[in-house]
Amino acid sequence: MKGISFGQYYPANSIIHKMDPRFKILVATAFIVATFLCKSAVSFAALLGIGLALIFISQIPFKTIVRSIAPLLFIIAFTVVINIFFGTGEQLLVEFWKIRIYAEGLWRALFMFLRIFVLIVATSIFLTYTTTPMDLTDALESLMAPLKLIHVPVHVFAMMMSITLRFIPTLTEETEKIMNAQKARGADFVSGSLIKRVKALIPILIPLFSSAINRATQLADAMECRCYHGGEGRTRLNVMKWHASDVIYMLISIAICIGLVLLNQIQLGYVMN
Amino acid sequence: MSEIFIHAKDLCFSYTDEEGREENPALQNFSVDICRGEYVAVLGHNGSGKSTFAKLMNYILEPTSGELTVNGLDLLRKDLSDEEILDLRKNVGMVFQNPDNQLVATIVEQDVAFGPENLGVPREELRRRVDSALETVGMSAYAKHEPHRLSGGQKQRVAIAGILAMMPQCVVFDESTAMLDPGGRREVLDTIRKLNQEQGMTVLNITHYMNEAAEADRIIVINDGKLLLDGTPDEIFAKRDVLTEVGLEVPQCAELIHALRAAGIQIDGNTISSPEACAELLQKALNKRAK
Amino acid sequence: MNKIYLDHVSYVYSRGTPYEQVALDDVSVGIREGCITGIIGHTGSGKSTMMQMLNGLIKPDSGKVLIDGYDINSTVSDVYDAWSERAEYAMLSPRKRKKKMQQEIRERKAKLCFRVGLVMQYPEYQLFEETVYADIAFGPRNMGLDEAEIRARVLEAAAFCDVGEELLQKSPFDLSGGQKRRVALAGVIAMRPEVLVLDEPAAGLDPLGRNYIFNGIRAYQRKTGSTVLIVSHSMEDMARYSDDVIVLSGAHILRQGTREEVFAHVEELAETGLDVPQITHLMQLLRERGIDAPKNVYTVAEAATALKKLFLTGGDA
Repeated sequence: MKGISFGQYYPANSIIHKMDPRFKILVATAFIVATFLCKSAVSFAALLGIGLALIFISQIPFKTIVRSIAPLLFIIAFTVVINIFFGTGEQLLVEFWKIRIYAEGLWRALFMFLRIFVLIVATSIFLTYTTTPMDLTDALESLMAPLKLIHVPVHVFAMMMSITLRFIPTLTEETEKIMNAQKARGADFVSGSLIKRVKALIPILIPLFSSAINRATQLADAMECRCYHGGEGRTRLNVMKWHASDVIYMLISIAICIGLVLLNQIQLGYVMN
Repeated sequence: MSEIFIHAKDLCFSYTDEEGREENPALQNFSVDICRGEYVAVLGHNGSGKSTFAKLMNYILEPTSGELTVNGLDLLRKDLSDEEILDLRKNVGMVFQNPDNQLVATIVEQDVAFGPENLGVPREELRRRVDSALETVGMSAYAKHEPHRLSGGQKQRVAIAGILAMMPQCVVFDESTAMLDPGGRREVLDTIRKLNQEQGMTVLNITHYMNEAAEADRIIVINDGKLLLDGTPDEIFAKRDVLTEVGLEVPQCAELIHALRAAGIQIDGNTISSPEACAELLQKALNKRAK
Repeated sequence: MNKIYLDHVSYVYSRGTPYEQVALDDVSVGIREGCITGIIGHTGSGKSTMMQMLNGLIKPDSGKVLIDGYDINSTVSDVYDAWSERAEYAMLSPRKRKKKMQQEIRERKAKLCFRVGLVMQYPEYQLFEETVYADIAFGPRNMGLDEAEIRARVLEAAAFCDVGEELLQKSPFDLSGGQKRRVALAGVIAMRPEVLVLDEPAAGLDPLGRNYIFNGIRAYQRKTGSTVLIVSHSMEDMARYSDDVIVLSGAHILRQGTREEVFAHVEELAETGLDVPQITHLMQLLRERGIDAPKNVYTVAEAATALKKLFLTGGDA
């Protein structure tokens, strides 16, 4: 497992680690909405402040967070460039050849950058880093429980998700192993035309699929042996309970989200429409 | 002799291919009785039918013909109910070869809880069972760990704990040590012995390691789907030539006694399944010679 | 004559994370040409890291991996002085010289995986072609050989590994576990590597399957005179098949030398948690009973010879 931050729980003992996972899902969602409602420089500044505060509270090293952003760097850069070079506005800053850069474009680029940054920080802190994938699945199952009334097989989805999470590291390791084995037989994954490179993946994909199918068969046997027969009549080792503290956090979060939106009223600097 | 737990008579099983035709039988007229509380090793080379036998024990495979009764349940009855099958699987737990492919949860204790959760065990009882199962296999300190960061032996012990938490009467180990290093193998074997001796559990250890089989009270050798030998380790290892013929080897100590006897040296006694016992035999033989 | 030499090699996994682990710590060791060397150690002793270094899959954090005296991870500045004396380089300007050296380094690196054949643990996972023949041919084909040569090599490798001709047109996915393992081994042997490195080649196989694998490896070694390294947990297997033995423990070399030299310290090895051959253990038990059983016995044949002598002379120490 190198460099893949998905599903990478970071063990620590912060307040955020101890929060109810269902609450964390809700608050992460609320936060995502709030980032899209932010329009003014003041509210974006506040957003950034909250993002940094979250990192601090969660006790997760800044480096780790930055590493989780790296894979999305391309999207961020793309958004920023588009906004800088193709945004229009009134305040023209630079003009050369056919390109015009407006002050509004720069602002928008900055805001978009902040938006994506805080989005990633909020979701990764609330969801992946401080919540074990299993808790996350349990929380989703619990939040979606009402859907059972309209015959959505919530339990099956939750089970599938938790098994997927369980096997991601196993299959990642296996992919690496197979790649090394084929490299040792002289397979070349990096040079040549696109078609050649896609073809070069066959020696990895076929063994990987075949092993995944094998694993699935064995896992199904093992689950049957452990009396698995669907969600009916199952009990749970860990039952989630709302604590008084969760209610307090909930209220604080709602206040923060409302506050963010209200800050839009202070029209200092650029305001995005 | 105590109560019979597994009774098989003229048991046959054939896998069916994709078109539903029966292939060569994996088990043929297989007869054996295993009593409650026994520790039995099932030996055979790859493809001998020993894993098929294991999977028949808790109805992961359905027997084709003959007789098979496990824990009082007739597995050839056509009208087995879901409850009866669940009860069978609760009582006959199975630990497989690849530790990775039997753990379902991303946290050790949640995985151990999986079986009893399926059985609808109430929560307080669940907690108790999970803790005691982890304690039995010596993995309590790892309750909150992620399985994929554990060693092979540790993973396998978690898998065993997952079975123990269902409180079975019998555990079948289907080549559970084959993928482990010597340390991990030792951990698992010690756990097996402990279950058998301290909790009186019936244990079937399916294996192709002779040294491992030597630790059982009784060995069954399967070859080509048929019962080849059945006896104590001492009795089985005395039949070195039969074993070699079907691609199995006796442990080094037993091999040495055979070699010395073949060279015309007289060694009395037949306890040849452990180094300690062999040392005893050799000492006696040497003393006799000295006189 | 050393075919391979590890010169003060160190390697750390996941450096800077909570899971940091030292795999090799300043290890220096030579491996004799034309021998079977067993590398013994328990899980986490660094033996798998060491073998993956030999064909460049893992680069050491520090130190050199020398094969035939050449550091496989050389950069231009490492080789510049030495190579400049060679005729083909002496005539060139420094800039052209560096460029050409860079190219030679790249070529050497590309050929390395054919010179050092690596058989990973549970190698049957690497099978992917439609037929056994095509799968064994994958390596030779990557070497750019012509069809006739590929065919010759596939047949030769199949013969070494006891893969019968009737299996060659079958799908590798239809084979038994032991057969798959042999096909995977043949896939590496077909590249005719000068150095063959195997990680636990017999793991999980039954006695018959083990014998097939080890006999195949030995046949290849004897016939081609290549250098073979076998990474293993099992002293019993290494006692049977290797000429030299290296024992790794906790990222360091505990012992190295010929099989006889290393196994003379068998009790010390047992203390590090390695599985001592049962027969060696028996000899120790006899000594505890006051019988003059030799110390450095690790195969049944040796034990039988020693004990026969004891029976002839009377026995007591």
